[in-house]
Amino acid sequence: MKERILSGYDNFVLPFMIGMVFLCIYLLIGLIRILKHIPGPDRKKLALSFINPRIIYKDCRDILCDCLLHVKIFKRKALLGYMHASIAFGWFMIIVIGHIEVALYTPQRNGLIYYPVFFRYFTMENNHTLRGAFFFFLMDFFLLVILSGIALAMYKRVRSIALGMRRTTKPSLADRIGLYCLWAIFPLRLLAESFTAGISGGSFLTKPMNFLFANFLSNDYHILPTWWAYSTVLGTFLLVMPFTRYMHIPTEAFLILLRNAGLKVTRPRKGFAEAEIYACSSCGICLDACPMNMQKKNLKYSSVYFIRFLRRHNTRKINEIADKCLMCGKCVALCPVGVESCAIKRAQRSTVTDGLYYDYSYLKTLSPVPANPADVSETMTDKPVLYYAGCMTHLTPGISKAMKEIFRAAEIPYRFLDENGGICCGRPLMLAGKEKAARELVRKNTELIRAAGCDTLVLSCPICFKVFREEYDLQGITILHHTQYIENLIRKGKLKLNATSRSYVYHDPCELGRGAKVYEEPRRILERMGRLVKAEKEKEESICCGGSLGSLTLNYEDRIKITRGSLKALTYNHPDNIITACPLCLKTFAAQSPVKVMDIAQAVTENLEAIREPAASGTEKTQFGN
Amino acid sequence: MADFGYSLTPSSRIDLNKADRETFGKLVKLEPDVLKCMACGSCTASCTAGVYTRTSIRSAILYLQNGREKEALEFIKGCMLCGKCTIVCPRAINTRQLVLSICKIYNLK
Repeated sequence: MKERILSGYDNFVLPFMIGMVFLCIYLLIGLIRILKHIPGPDRKKLALSFINPRIIYKDCRDILCDCLLHVKIFKRKALLGYMHASIAFGWFMIIVIGHIEVALYTPQRNGLIYYPVFFRYFTMENNHTLRGAFFFFLMDFFLLVILSGIALAMYKRVRSIALGMRRTTKPSLADRIGLYCLWAIFPLRLLAESFTAGISGGSFLTKPMNFLFANFLSNDYHILPTWWAYSTVLGTFLLVMPFTRYMHIPTEAFLILLRNAGLKVTRPRKGFAEAEIYACSSCGICLDACPMNMQKKNLKYSSVYFIRFLRRHNTRKINEIADKCLMCGKCVALCPVGVESCAIKRAQRSTVTDGLYYDYSYLKTLSPVPANPADVSETMTDKPVLYYAGCMTHLTPGISKAMKEIFRAAEIPYRFLDENGGICCGRPLMLAGKEKAARELVRKNTELIRAAGCDTLVLSCPICFKVFREEYDLQGITILHHTQYIENLIRKGKLKLNATSRSYVYHDPCELGRGAKVYEEPRRILERMGRLVKAEKEKEESICCGGSLGSLTLNYEDRIKITRGSLKALTYNHPDNIITACPLCLKTFAAQSPVKVMDIAQAVTENLEAIREPAASGTEKTQFGN
Repeated sequence: MADFGYSLTPSSRIDLNKADRETFGKLVKLEPDVLKCMACGSCTASCTAGVYTRTSIRSAILYLQNGREKEALEFIKGCMLCGKCTIVCPRAINTRQLVLSICKIYNLK
């Protein structure tokens, strides 16, 4: 292997170099901008993360799995995963092998950016060696991998459902230019390398091309124009990249570093959020995920378009979408890049609502719950637990009644924090963006809970549960949702359930499932009571009930459509009952459901007989003895 | 003045010539549903904050319609946005957003 062009330069590298230099400058400025807008403590966290071996390991693993191999998409749909991974990983390998080739065969050209890209133009094989064969094989192999990915991508434009996507994003003009450039790069590379395959050597792809089209390809006059075309397309792609969705290629890796360092969204457009915005690949997986898209007219409210408008600084549209979102978190859970669009939407709402007037001076008048537990007898040895029903449970008193019965059946003393009316947990305010107001409620609630002096707090509402776990400082107090608590009681043998032949389907409330990752406890309880059937979509993919407090402006008619869609998915396997664990879901479903909807606590009390009968017979015995 | 144990009620007459109907018009444009309210009081009955203070969307809407913004705001300043009123509203008014919109448009401090 030796150099064919002694100067190591030809004019055709110019378009590529212009694109590359422009992109590098753009990225550098963007990097400085983001770092500048990250708050001081966060910047320190980021710096520290680079010396923490555990975080470094996590960074490397995430970059390999998410940016290059796209494991998350593979798990969802193998073909779609292959399409993304083939292009990303294949391209990455071509770049790496290109650099290895330069380092091995023409070490004097190390450091020239364009040299690895156009390596086969500048070198020639001398017939005595086959030293290049191994790397040429790899190069051709990965080129084939990429070409197969590109072919799939083209097919996806025509029939996206074949790759598991019902709907895809409508590309913007810049996206289209980028897309067509990307499609053209690799076929042109194949063509260009096929020309020189006779001179610089090639492998199973480029060599046969060279032979097959001998008449056309062996004509030396055609060599330069194809290399020019290849370089121009590549340069154009790099040049338009900052204005297209392909910006996610460099940004995603950077976002992983920021995320693993533990950074959070603080402002809707700057700092960490900016990294998230540019990391969005506009893939459109969130389109199928969004429960609002039961109706086609609501497609425009999807996270992908929200991010697009953020990039364009279109404030009116940004606010419209931010206020409409249900905050169910499904798009975040399914996003292959992990863009936390809900957090950005919350920050955006905050810019509008946080300054609005409020007056919570009445909080001072609230007094702690009476010190003696509501329902204690001397036989109870356990420490009392604190029960907080929450606003929504007061609209569905069946749940708190059921909880009381469960406490009684398990002989656990309890204190009911808001039996005669409490205050809100603060999560609805946070969802609406009123952080400052929410903090006042958080402070007051913390005070009330501390004053009650219990070390377990049981909650019936997942909305409260999430905020108590994440935003409250309640060290030393175990915070449990009632599904977890009941499951605990069953495991300890304090509650015994009748096994019935009824079939149940469980609806994962957004805040409990995706929000707090409680998926298994309710299912274990239901398996003890009857037959648990699957819903069409469940766990991470469960569909919002439509009643979510997250949305500010979604109207009643649209909500009803979501509720019906969600119910359709739940009743997929014809269950006898729909079980949920959220008072809001219960309330929303109950009005529309064809089958009976119950909270898990209510379902448990229905099947409690087994333990209460022995207790009853116990009293009879003593009566008999007397 | 002698204390009879009772007194005259202050006049509840509303001078709509003086009242600011323009701002209410803006609110109606943003939240047309405000006109759907039939003052049933479900929102007030279910209100979490209503246990401690005079929070009531129903009254706020009535007062706004009568051009008495200051009094109206008294009825919503304690709102915690818990959303119960929206769920119980028989006219499907998005009361939760209405509270935010009123605060936004009237911008009272």
